[in-house]
Amino acid sequence: MVVSHLNRTVTSLNELFEHHAHFAGLSDISISEDIPVEGDISVPVGSQNADNDFSTLDEPVKDTILRDLRAVGQKFVHVMYPKKSSALLRDWDLWGPLLLCVTLALMLQGGSADSEEDGRPQFAEVFVIIWFGSVIITLNSKLLGGTISFFQSLCVLGYCILPLTVAMIVCRIVLLGGSGVVSFAVRLIVVTASFSWSTFASTAFLADSQPTNRKALVVYPVFLFYFVIGWMILTFSPSH
Amino acid sequence: MASPDDLKFQEFEEAEDLLSSNPGASTLSISSSNPAAAAAPSGEVRLDLSDDEENQQESSELLGGEKKTGGFWTFEYYQSFFNVDTVQVLDRIKGSVMPLPGRNFIKHHIRSNPDLYGPFWICVTLVFSLAISGNLSTFLSEMGNPEYHYRPQFHRVSIAAVTVFLYAWLVPLGVWGFLTWRQSVERQINGYTFLETVCVYGYSLFIYIPTSVLWTIPFNWLQWLLIVVAMVISGSVLVITFWPAVRDDTKLTAFATVAVIVALHALLAVGCKLYFFHTAEDTRSPHPGQHITPASNHTTALKT
Repeated sequence: MVVSHLNRTVTSLNELFEHHAHFAGLSDISISEDIPVEGDISVPVGSQNADNDFSTLDEPVKDTILRDLRAVGQKFVHVMYPKKSSALLRDWDLWGPLLLCVTLALMLQGGSADSEEDGRPQFAEVFVIIWFGSVIITLNSKLLGGTISFFQSLCVLGYCILPLTVAMIVCRIVLLGGSGVVSFAVRLIVVTASFSWSTFASTAFLADSQPTNRKALVVYPVFLFYFVIGWMILTFSPSH
Repeated sequence: MASPDDLKFQEFEEAEDLLSSNPGASTLSISSSNPAAAAAPSGEVRLDLSDDEENQQESSELLGGEKKTGGFWTFEYYQSFFNVDTVQVLDRIKGSVMPLPGRNFIKHHIRSNPDLYGPFWICVTLVFSLAISGNLSTFLSEMGNPEYHYRPQFHRVSIAAVTVFLYAWLVPLGVWGFLTWRQSVERQINGYTFLETVCVYGYSLFIYIPTSVLWTIPFNWLQWLLIVVAMVISGSVLVITFWPAVRDDTKLTAFATVAVIVALHALLAVGCKLYFFHTAEDTRSPHPGQHITPASNHTTALKT
């Protein structure tokens, strides 16, 4: 069947050359119909390998976990050194924000016995503020005409809590040494620095997706969000 | 190709024919002489722009009414309430702290583009500034007390949020409902839409943000002075806005409405001040053992 197709092609090619004989020099070229054109087209339909490149079902569990951990770690690095890269936006995931949020909420607990009169934020309050706050800021930026998608924005806002979590760890270490004025001053400086770092890092990722005359309207809620989280970290006092 | 004769202005007779057949149509008269004559004398040119009702309705919608894009279940509907730029928001905030007697906030600043960005984020900022400043003022007022152990008092955020958001949404709902009812009863035309009312109330709360920050200074007379100043500014914004809407009503209703608006606003301010901010009477006594004064008993009773 292939041969007959080729024969028909040869015939039509010859007709083509005859009809357009005014192309000088080309009229000599014609493919003779006597010579059969033969060939062999074979498609390798044979047995495939059981594990293709795209199937991750058979890899060891360690590989799966490490791949996700590596992705999360890479994004942490991107947050700590915010350059204009689109890695955070392109492959968003919510593992990092969840990890950071749970760590921060747990560290703000302090494990006190008389937690009712202490008035410090409960685990649920911290969780709700972080996640609800991120959702509201994302909705705000989308309603103002932003081009970033919902989960990308959640991802960026969640990952940029990393400096504040680091500040929380530092504050707890400082508080081990006493809670006087000096420790308060140190904590104030650390929290202020990390809060501005967080705001700057998230603005570097989010500001590009907004129309230029509304950038400040989008940046202000982000500033407020990290300010409140910074306040919660700064006012953490250990129970005694 | 067209002959020079064809380039004559030939629509003249056509317009006259149209106008004579439909004398009620809206016409645009370019000449400066008598525009009201039905038949066109030879000195005037009339262009018949529209001869049906649809065009007139369309133009009035574009000029004065609200553009409703889509139903309330679409995203674009809510996007139309965030159609403001940074400059516009700042301009509206400036208008809310500097009330001038002639400038109705709604007519001058909002101009049929009410937004929800300003009211929402001003309320959120007010909630956190009340909670944080209240916490700071408690800390400052109890600083001399060696038995005092600092607490973040984070539950105040929830209480402040409930209070502020209820005020910012229920009171405009009530005011709008009342004005609409009076409008239908008294047949006035000066009404405001619900969103414009929410907008005015939201922006009028802005003055309380710096006021709440300044309330941390632990002088009683200063705190009450600040309340009076904030009330005057914010209340006059509301009064200037709502007075034109009620002044055509009976005197009693008009004054009662304005008085209720001002009273509710004052109630919010005083209530926030008393709940969140301890006065300096607690620490005026020099003896650390006697710092349980009746005033602090009263405020602790309020706190629960």
